[in-house]
Amino acid sequence: MTEKNETGISRRGFLKAAGGVTFAVAAYALLPKLPFGGEAEASGEFVEKEINAWVRIAADGKITIYNPAAEMGQGSMTALPIILAEEMDADWYDVRIENSPIEPDIYGSGSPGRLAMITVGSRSVRTYYDSLRLAGASVRKAMLDAGAKKLGVPVSELTTGPSVVIHKKSDNRVSYGELAGSMEIPASPPKATLADLKDPKDFRLIGNQRVPRSDIPAKTDGSAMYSIDVRLPGMAYGMISHSPVNGAKPSLKNAASIRSMKGVLGVVELDQGVGVIAESVEEALAAKNALDIAWAGGEARGHNTGSMFDEYAAAASDASRSGSSLDSAGDAAGALSRAEKKYSADYLNDHAYHAQMEPLNAVVSVASDGKSAEVWAGSQAPDGARSAAARVLGIDRSKVKYNQMYLGGGFGRRSNSDYVEEAAALAKTINRPVKMMWTREDDITFGQFRPGSLQRMEAGVDSKGNIAAWRYTIVGTGGGLLTSGAESQFYDLPNRLVERRDVEAGIRTKHWRAVGHGANKFAIEAFIDEIAHGEGVDPYEFRRRLMAKQPRALKVLDTAAEMADWSKPSPKGRAKGIAFAERSGSLCAGVCEVSVADGRIRVHKIWCALDSGQVIQPDNVIAQSEGNMLMGLGNVLYESVTIRSGKVVETNFDGYNIARIEDTPDLIEIKIIPSNEPPAGVGEAALPFIGGAVSNAVFALTGKRLRHIPFTREKVLKELSG
Amino acid sequence: MEDISFNVNGKRTSVSAEPSTPLLWVIREKLGLTGTKYGCGIAACGACTVHVDGIATRSCVTPVSDVSGKKVTTIEGLSENGDHPLQKAWVQEQVPQCGYCQSGQIMQAAELLAKKGNPTRQEIVEHMNGVLCRCATYYRIIKAIESAATGRKP
Repeated sequence: MTEKNETGISRRGFLKAAGGVTFAVAAYALLPKLPFGGEAEASGEFVEKEINAWVRIAADGKITIYNPAAEMGQGSMTALPIILAEEMDADWYDVRIENSPIEPDIYGSGSPGRLAMITVGSRSVRTYYDSLRLAGASVRKAMLDAGAKKLGVPVSELTTGPSVVIHKKSDNRVSYGELAGSMEIPASPPKATLADLKDPKDFRLIGNQRVPRSDIPAKTDGSAMYSIDVRLPGMAYGMISHSPVNGAKPSLKNAASIRSMKGVLGVVELDQGVGVIAESVEEALAAKNALDIAWAGGEARGHNTGSMFDEYAAAASDASRSGSSLDSAGDAAGALSRAEKKYSADYLNDHAYHAQMEPLNAVVSVASDGKSAEVWAGSQAPDGARSAAARVLGIDRSKVKYNQMYLGGGFGRRSNSDYVEEAAALAKTINRPVKMMWTREDDITFGQFRPGSLQRMEAGVDSKGNIAAWRYTIVGTGGGLLTSGAESQFYDLPNRLVERRDVEAGIRTKHWRAVGHGANKFAIEAFIDEIAHGEGVDPYEFRRRLMAKQPRALKVLDTAAEMADWSKPSPKGRAKGIAFAERSGSLCAGVCEVSVADGRIRVHKIWCALDSGQVIQPDNVIAQSEGNMLMGLGNVLYESVTIRSGKVVETNFDGYNIARIEDTPDLIEIKIIPSNEPPAGVGEAALPFIGGAVSNAVFALTGKRLRHIPFTREKVLKELSG
Repeated sequence: MEDISFNVNGKRTSVSAEPSTPLLWVIREKLGLTGTKYGCGIAACGACTVHVDGIATRSCVTPVSDVSGKKVTTIEGLSENGDHPLQKAWVQEQVPQCGYCQSGQIMQAAELLAKKGNPTRQEIVEHMNGVLCRCATYYRIIKAIESAATGRKP
């Protein structure tokens, strides 16, 4: 298998250099597929042609398009091929999708010379849109040229339809498959330019409500393969007992007795824990549970979430401290001191855990000579994962074959390759493939968290009721993870200072869906609401004023308000809250309608308007938005990681609560604003507004302001009785 | 180790295992039916849900000895060709995102529809509440169950 892969890579490298069309035999050139499986491909030795690095066309008309992005539920394994298929004028029914090889120089996105294959930040569609359109147009040109030869007419007289070249004059047509069967390799490849691209009004696939996601059928019958599902002949199982406190070093006290346990094949001492390898999952688990480890040190041992916010508040108040400035204009301090009326409030949010449903795992098989290896993993950064495994194994990355599997959730956690390194570290010690699995307990107690923060908001309002000063200080651990959404570029805030003050907690932190936006937009949107109420202005109208110079954002806000019938009061016992947030180029506004009973917040309805530029798959954008809002709602209502002396207290889903089906609103209505602007990211866009919208709705209902995520029953009851 | 026999997806099966081994690991690692997922190991997420004699059961906390002589149905055996009304509705409503929990969701929902042809929204929510979905596809799960239930009406 490795040999095939290497051949495939070098051949593709050649193709890139030559840029041409060449023959390929499917059984020879195919690389890891979704779902994983090497058997099916060997049977169909049909001739197909690789039109460019992205597309192969078989004589039977089947078109294979490579997907370069990790599929973790966001749908880009379908969206990206749609972009290409649109411009090559493929009939979507002919298209099959395969994962591309992990070759950033060919399949990466970004700027030339710095191409990367990494699926983060809702970037895939945004960053591949232009290049995949051009790649598709180049295929279409190749088919037109081949059609001209075949039909013996000038290429200028030809057009294309779905998978077919058409000569209108003679009413003659020839299919892409037929052309692929007989076309010759041109000396130089057709080069597409912007002029070759379709007018968006002619799109058949992009923006088509009816193109389904390709991964969905396999995700309803159990056949979709995640790395945890990989089974190899002779495979052993690995588990690791991780440092209970980040940075603590292990010292194993009962290695001999562990080694003598039934089924145990090896014990591996690592920096961050102790690994065991066994014949079966249950034997590996038993060995893991029997490990007697003394832990020393750990930079997180002084961290306690119980006192965290006092510490952060002190840092925010410390006049001798200044933070890193993130955004400033005018004279915030001066304007604040001159203001007619001042507002200030602290907003808090707890640490949050990714809780992707598939615990981290990877399978690694090292060749018996140790000189090459194969990895099966679900990674948002497959190139990084391959390099990490190579580093651990002490071999060149070209000697590691990486098989990308479906990801059972990513949310930012799977762009770190720590779990792939661990699998490699275990596999290195034994002459058998190893499936290294984290238990749910490992996944949470050794988690990397969206860092909690304290956000101090201060504003000054002038005599006309306008915000004249805006000072926003964010305190926490995790650096830039705290602040991705701290700017308010769609609000007119002439005198402003946004800064971050770092308090190192020693805990592991990581990007979590929408990164800092969830916390930042909560603080900004709730605070704007406080000022609006303080000034006696409707919160929607107040935002309209702040956005007066931003027509696109204003349209989004107006649409959400209109959908929610904002000016019409809610039924008795309910109230609405509005909020706005931008993320990864998308603009999003939403209204939540809530009730509160016995301290429990119930969101009955959510109306959401979204401007994401050109939308590729409208139904998937709706699905992503539904998921974002509901995942965000769970975060806002329940999610909290407690840390005592550096140790995570919650160990599983019985302690760490996420949204359940009972939290689903009765109505979720989403409107996509039609647009031909470049596509923006949709994988996170509808999450950040939720905290503000819920807090604002609860205020409208009760007159009490919730300023600390999560809004648990205990906190709500306390607030309501206060 | 003991030989334990039971029926899986219509086939008589015998495995050699410690009686206390969770059914989940037997199904996945010994029998290769990997559609049933590990999520928590403590019956707190529902990703491992299978049917034991028609009853939705968390296989991660069910000792394999408990199913001796019983009928176990996994997602692979729910229908002949992935065409159970719920599976069709799942595709129709485009429910899955990452997909990892969806076998458990469908198996849990299948038990409900087998018992009650046309459940109310409230009954759906109560029946499904123990199966977690981090992508939070719940809105579509409800729609799909409702549409499968409607589709089954004569």
